[in-house]
Amino acid sequence: MDELIDKLKKEVIAQLNLEDISVDDINPDAPLFGEGLGLDSIDALELIVLLEKNYGIKIEDPKDGKKIFYSIRTMAEYITAHQTKG
Amino acid sequence: MNKLISSFVYIGEGKVFVNKRLIFYQEKIVTFAEFIKALYRQEQVSYPKFHKMDSLSKLGFMAAELLLKSSNRGRYQADSLAIVLANSSSSLDTDMIYQESIRDRLVYFPSPSVFVYTLANIVIGEICIRHGFKGENAFLVSEKFDSGQLMDHVSEVFDMHRAEACIFGWVEILGSQFKAMMALVEYENAVLAENHGFRPVPFSQAAINDLMNVN
Repeated sequence: MDELIDKLKKEVIAQLNLEDISVDDINPDAPLFGEGLGLDSIDALELIVLLEKNYGIKIEDPKDGKKIFYSIRTMAEYITAHQTKG
Repeated sequence: MNKLISSFVYIGEGKVFVNKRLIFYQEKIVTFAEFIKALYRQEQVSYPKFHKMDSLSKLGFMAAELLLKSSNRGRYQADSLAIVLANSSSSLDTDMIYQESIRDRLVYFPSPSVFVYTLANIVIGEICIRHGFKGENAFLVSEKFDSGQLMDHVSEVFDMHRAEACIFGWVEILGSQFKAMMALVEYENAVLAENHGFRPVPFSQAAINDLMNVN
């Protein structure tokens, strides 16, 4: 899980162009939206693309997004349970 | 009432001028992204959203950043400052990046964050968000730089009493070719006699053409 969390941090930084953020700056349990990284709605869409492109996971119900993208850890847990590639 | 160009910025050919003073120079530009990031770092701007913008918005954002730092915009209310920008390639630079991402149906991952920049007037939105402007705005697209067109639109904004001051200019990028000129025009009675060593000039078509050839 820790390995996936680190990989995910790097992918999120690259996908969302978080230029001034390093892997160490991201607390895996901190909320991704509203505070912390200060992500917006377009970032949320980019995270959906990231899951599909890198892990073959398609989120069918948009309502699930709130739980899945709560933090890096919740993303990693979802990937572990649903991954089809990567 | 007479109007004056009270400050301006020029970005092109690796040089950045603010009120005729050279403030940044990169002899060999590797990429636009590196050039504009170096300028951003030199000016010590802190705005994480900058890194998410497309090239057109980054160019316009930095021009506005330098222009507003060198001017007296603090005197204006959020809705009394207008913006009129123009270029010739619209958002084509970003349109092509987006098109590339949807070209192959087998590797089809359209990027939402690229898509949102496939309109040229988004650069004005980014400037307005950054500085809290809520005034009139327009983005014009013409084949070549047209000082008369800019002059007409800016004059109309003033004539219709839609603004007390107006940022106007040219923000153009396509691939490795880019150029920006941005200026602030104000009523004569609002302008200081000299602004950071720059003597304001009457707002005219000839003056606009001069600003495009500072380098």
